[in-house]
Amino acid sequence: MSGKPRLTYLNGRGRMEPIRWLLAAAGVEFEEVYLETKEQYDKLIKDGFLLFQQVPLVEIDGMKMVQTRAILSYIAGKYNLYGKDLKERALIDMYVEGIADLMQMILMFPFSPPDAKEKNIDSIKERATNRYFPVFEKVLKQHGQDFLVGNKFSWADVQLMEAILAVEEKVPAVLAGFPQLQVFKTKMSNMPTIKKFLQPGSPRKPPPDAHYVETVLKVFKK
Amino acid sequence: MAGKPKLHYTKGRGKMESIRWLLAAAGVEFEEEFIETKEDLEKLRNDGFLLFQQVPMVEIDGMRMVQTRAIQSYIAAKYNLYGKDLKERAWIDMYVEGTTDLMGMIKHLPFEPPDTKEKNLALIIERATTRYFPVYEKALKDHGQDYLVGNKFSWADIHLLEAILTTEECKPDVLSAFPLLQAFKERISNIPTIKKFLQPGSQRKPPTDEKSVAAVRKIFSI
Repeated sequence: MSGKPRLTYLNGRGRMEPIRWLLAAAGVEFEEVYLETKEQYDKLIKDGFLLFQQVPLVEIDGMKMVQTRAILSYIAGKYNLYGKDLKERALIDMYVEGIADLMQMILMFPFSPPDAKEKNIDSIKERATNRYFPVFEKVLKQHGQDFLVGNKFSWADVQLMEAILAVEEKVPAVLAGFPQLQVFKTKMSNMPTIKKFLQPGSPRKPPPDAHYVETVLKVFKK
Repeated sequence: MAGKPKLHYTKGRGKMESIRWLLAAAGVEFEEEFIETKEDLEKLRNDGFLLFQQVPMVEIDGMRMVQTRAIQSYIAAKYNLYGKDLKERAWIDMYVEGTTDLMGMIKHLPFEPPDTKEKNLALIIERATTRYFPVYEKALKDHGQDYLVGNKFSWADIHLLEAILTTEECKPDVLSAFPLLQAFKERISNIPTIKKFLQPGSQRKPPTDEKSVAAVRKIFSI
């Protein structure tokens, strides 16, 4: 299977969005197949394409890769976005795992009942401002470099950028107390591959809406 | 901080157990400091030892590592349990993510209210026997080798054994339809480091009982 990586998922962010971000940031063009019906999904399973019967699925370098983290790690390793040695990789892993925990709250948000939504936004704001953003603010302040790890652009920077923008969609002034992160956000926005991804018409998906939620529930219905 | 790795967690399995398994299988001796009260946890937090205010935390090679996956990835790579190249690593990652999902369901069970527990136990067994175990049975069948990836003992094998034993605690005959996994279980259990870990007196922790659940709820205020 030569050629571009091919992504199979719904036409929305979900668990595939960090993968789109990372490929785009690495300057890698990719194709997408969108799941719109339960039948399409059942067919993928029946054809044996999904190792654990789940998407995301990324066909890359002859493999049908599943499991978001496995896919992200592979891409990061392949495109030199994973640090120069084991210890840098350890830092990158710690940072992306922390960010993934924050992003999980955002991922689940559209599926929470209407009366819980305000409380959930408060939780996201609280965690972002008290647990996660202070860590990265401090890291950037302490070494004074442009990137989180090893003075070199890595998966951790891409993931943090995605998280900042995602939280800002819910809590617009969330970076008010984080001057280093504000500078970081501007710098990342201006990196050519990321700048391109942030422009209209890129593979970046919009925030989940009611239609997206409906499609998720329909496609993955038991 | 030279010397043995030092693990910070409660005295139960939780998210630290997979790390104990991996270190033990790699033949690495480690120390443990148990969090027994809310105050113990607060002290770790106030001392700035927990990057995201959470445990597991493992002091290793001069780092205070957090985030279960990051810690396991580091240990796996350090002790040559992570395959020989990027593609083998991808397979190990995919397999480990699968067993992580399965064990995640089991870990959660003791914390569930009695009315959902039975339903979730049934779901665990269904997932184990129709989604997860068939994948590993097939992998072993397809290549006919002793280990899951690259004909060499790896993190994926250790994690699968842990998942098998943990699921068997839920349903002792759960491997009845999986002859290769039965043979795998015997084979991997007899690896000297693992055999030692499976013996009484090792640092392996017992299944989570009501007393542990109460302690965890108190320490983490959940």
